[in-house]
Amino acid sequence: MIGPARTDTSLVGRWWWTVDRWSLVALGALLAAGALLVMAASPAVAERIGLDSFHFVRRQVVYLVPAIGVMILVSLSSPLTVRRLATIGFAVTIALMILTLLVGNEVKGAQRWLSLAGFVIQPSEFIKPFFAVVAAWMFAEQQRGEGFPGYLVSTLMMAVVCTLLVMQPDFGMTVVVAAVWFTQFFMAGMPMTWIIVMGFAGIAGLAAAYALLPHVASRIDRFLDPSSGDSFQVDTALSAFRTGGLTGRGPGEGTVKGILPDAHTDFIFAVAGEEFGLIACLVLVALFAFVVLRGFSRMLMERNAFVMLAAAGLLVQFGIQAFVNMGVNLRLLPAKGMTLPFVSYGGSSLLALAIGMGMVLALTRKRPGSGLVG
Amino acid sequence: MSVFRRKPRAIAPVAETKLQWSDDAEQILENGRNRLVVVGAVFALAFTLVGARLIDLAVLQGHDANQTALNDEQRPSAERADILDRNGVVLATNLITASLFAEPRRVLDAADAARKIVLALPELNEQEVEKKLSGGRAFIWLKRHLTPKQQHDVNALGVPGVGFRDDRKRVYPHGNLVAHVLGYTGIDNEGQAGIELQYDEQLSTVTQKASAATNGDPLRLSVDVRVQFALQQELSRAVEEFSALGAAGIVLDAVTGEVLAMVSLPDFDPNQARTASSNAMFNRASLGVYEMGSTFKAFTTAMALDAGTVKIGGGYDATKPLRVARFTIRDDHPKKRWLSVPEIFIYSSNIGAAKMAVDVGAERQKEFLGRLGLLQRAALELPEVGRPISPSRWGEISTMTVAFGHGIAVSPVQLTSAMAAMVNGGIRIDPTLMAKQPMDTPQGTRVIKTRTSSIMKRLMRLNVEEGTGSKAKAAGYLVGGKTGTAEKAVAGSYQRKALLSSFIGAFPMNDPRYVVLAVIDEPKGTKKSFGYAGGGWTAAPVFGRVVSRIGPLMGVAPVDEESKSVRNAMFIRVKAGG
Repeated sequence: MIGPARTDTSLVGRWWWTVDRWSLVALGALLAAGALLVMAASPAVAERIGLDSFHFVRRQVVYLVPAIGVMILVSLSSPLTVRRLATIGFAVTIALMILTLLVGNEVKGAQRWLSLAGFVIQPSEFIKPFFAVVAAWMFAEQQRGEGFPGYLVSTLMMAVVCTLLVMQPDFGMTVVVAAVWFTQFFMAGMPMTWIIVMGFAGIAGLAAAYALLPHVASRIDRFLDPSSGDSFQVDTALSAFRTGGLTGRGPGEGTVKGILPDAHTDFIFAVAGEEFGLIACLVLVALFAFVVLRGFSRMLMERNAFVMLAAAGLLVQFGIQAFVNMGVNLRLLPAKGMTLPFVSYGGSSLLALAIGMGMVLALTRKRPGSGLVG
Repeated sequence: MSVFRRKPRAIAPVAETKLQWSDDAEQILENGRNRLVVVGAVFALAFTLVGARLIDLAVLQGHDANQTALNDEQRPSAERADILDRNGVVLATNLITASLFAEPRRVLDAADAARKIVLALPELNEQEVEKKLSGGRAFIWLKRHLTPKQQHDVNALGVPGVGFRDDRKRVYPHGNLVAHVLGYTGIDNEGQAGIELQYDEQLSTVTQKASAATNGDPLRLSVDVRVQFALQQELSRAVEEFSALGAAGIVLDAVTGEVLAMVSLPDFDPNQARTASSNAMFNRASLGVYEMGSTFKAFTTAMALDAGTVKIGGGYDATKPLRVARFTIRDDHPKKRWLSVPEIFIYSSNIGAAKMAVDVGAERQKEFLGRLGLLQRAALELPEVGRPISPSRWGEISTMTVAFGHGIAVSPVQLTSAMAAMVNGGIRIDPTLMAKQPMDTPQGTRVIKTRTSSIMKRLMRLNVEEGTGSKAKAAGYLVGGKTGTAEKAVAGSYQRKALLSSFIGAFPMNDPRYVVLAVIDEPKGTKKSFGYAGGGWTAAPVFGRVVSRIGPLMGVAPVDEESKSVRNAMFIRVKAGG
């Protein structure tokens, strides 16, 4: 592999020889696939809503370049820097989320976006990676056994974050944040009784959502019995996979992108299925699985609890989003708007994920004493 | 002691705690790794599930995405075999199109959707579309067979609840040309008329797997589009020139019985059959039955000669009209003298023909015409085949009128087929629209002696040279034939001005291969025809021009009509002893 010399002890030189290059390649491939798919799917959507054909493509590229830069830059950090970055980021993002509730733009009944210097950003996207790292820190502190109430602090933080998210309202994001936090807590050594209690609490929470929130109830009903209501988007997505077959109809030959309102975001996987076929989709799934499981396997050798929990949390967030998005596209899960990490159109999501995966790359780098020898 | 014992104790807890903490840390880390493996396994399972579901959709359900579990109403048009002419020219084929359907239950806003769809497809009615969309039905077609551009436009609207299915549209590349033979299909590609209806099952068996060896093979007709075109064009010219109501024409292979061309005018475009009038759809060549008039005298003459009731040298007196009961039979071109058999034929004498038939008798006439296939429906492969009308009481009057083609109505295809037997050596062969293999010459049944047929050829040639059919001449081709001018019976009485003018003949007359019929329905006389509208003035020229055009196509070598050998071959004595 071409790169800096082994003896190069500069920042970049050390980075190159310690970073997990396999993950780097997989993430690069996902970003490339994303650029390609946004180019395939978004012109149809843009034309339909009266924008210039390449409106979304251009905007995605505008975000893509800084996103790659941010990911590399963050991955240069040490674990300590990652923790500091996340802590500051967490504080700032909480503040921005409060600001969003006060002065944010309301779109489709939700207040999630904030206009900053000409760009519209969604602060809640950034809370996910920052909170995962901060929560990992809290769990690790508790484990050190020096009396710091890490569990309690992280639970309180979790409560604050979830409250802010529900106020927007953004239930999908709340579920992801809660699931990531729960998984981290689980790995940090959550006692068995707690797991059971939490499990029941989760089920109770879902039941409550089903009973109290009509749109949640309707989505689950439609998932269980498709004929009970409108399942147009998902049905269209399914037919896209069917018509795509093994090798797809060919780039640009797809039809669902002309029908699905969210072809470039939530249903970009269906566009991939129709135009590029099963093989391309399986490659995409394999890339996501590889990134998550490769990261996990690196963490099995990690001796630092914070590093392990933080990296695992970030990877769980990445994996859950990918699974939920693909699951909804394939009608394995009830309809829930969630973007496909690194692939779907969306600036804030892309940037936040770049920060998150940058931190994963930083945490999975080989360090003396980390257990990652080689 | 207590001091001594206390000291190590004071140190020990620290050391122990440290050791314990380290063990604890190791324990916690180990526990965390185990749980990491659990979470990893869950993810591996989840991604495997996604992969399996992808394979399930794309491969297992992928093949017939368009056709899965559709009921009859929802199924797009089936595959259908092509129809070719005898030389392999495509007469009917299918185009893949897209058809727009809606699932009204999934339409969110019927009014809005209807408004948008009508923007893309302005030919649809907005109210009707809205009504369809708000019907609450599971499935409804909105428009069949969209062009690619229309499909793109509708797709770009992004209206939920509507979609496309691959569909097949029957296309007739030659438009009107072969319309009445081919017929047409309905919106679901089911045969509605003509060959499309007659062979509906065979043509549509393409998708039914357990079908015969002919599955999907194109159907080859006997028709030759080049001949069809010549006939259609010449008949159209005549219809225009003589302001006629319509026309019909047939070109028949006298040896094989194959119909090379069959034209009925006015015609229609089978691609837009629904807009055609019933008059245009009516097949005058096979479904229409008409009193054909004088062309029947060829049958009467052959019958009498074959029966031996009169010799070719014999004749009958045509000095004055024939009165039977309250009828009077006159000649159109009265010679007011005794006429020989050839003269009766070329001057088209009704009196002579009637007398000839009376000598043969009603029973033998009826039996003879039956053997020629003139008393039952033609065995042609079309649903539109007319049933002939013959006298219910076949008395002497009927015998006389039938002798010159009145009181009996047959279809043009029957007439042509019967005439083929007069000139091909005396064998009657069923007409067919299916291409035959070159070696496949049908047996047929003998109806007249070879010698009688030989005389008929000479008489028909003579008629073109010296009789009523002189306008049928085609330079270089030895043609022969008989004119027919029948007054149409309208509401029970014959109309002097409403004529059905025809000419039927064959070529080359020394060894006839092709029989050509031209029928003009109610031609009006013109200045050029000196006001005449009979068969000799209207239909005979069509015959001549058609022969001039198709002779070279069919590979018939031209001859010098005036040469001695030809004259000898066609010689016949016109006047007894003369």
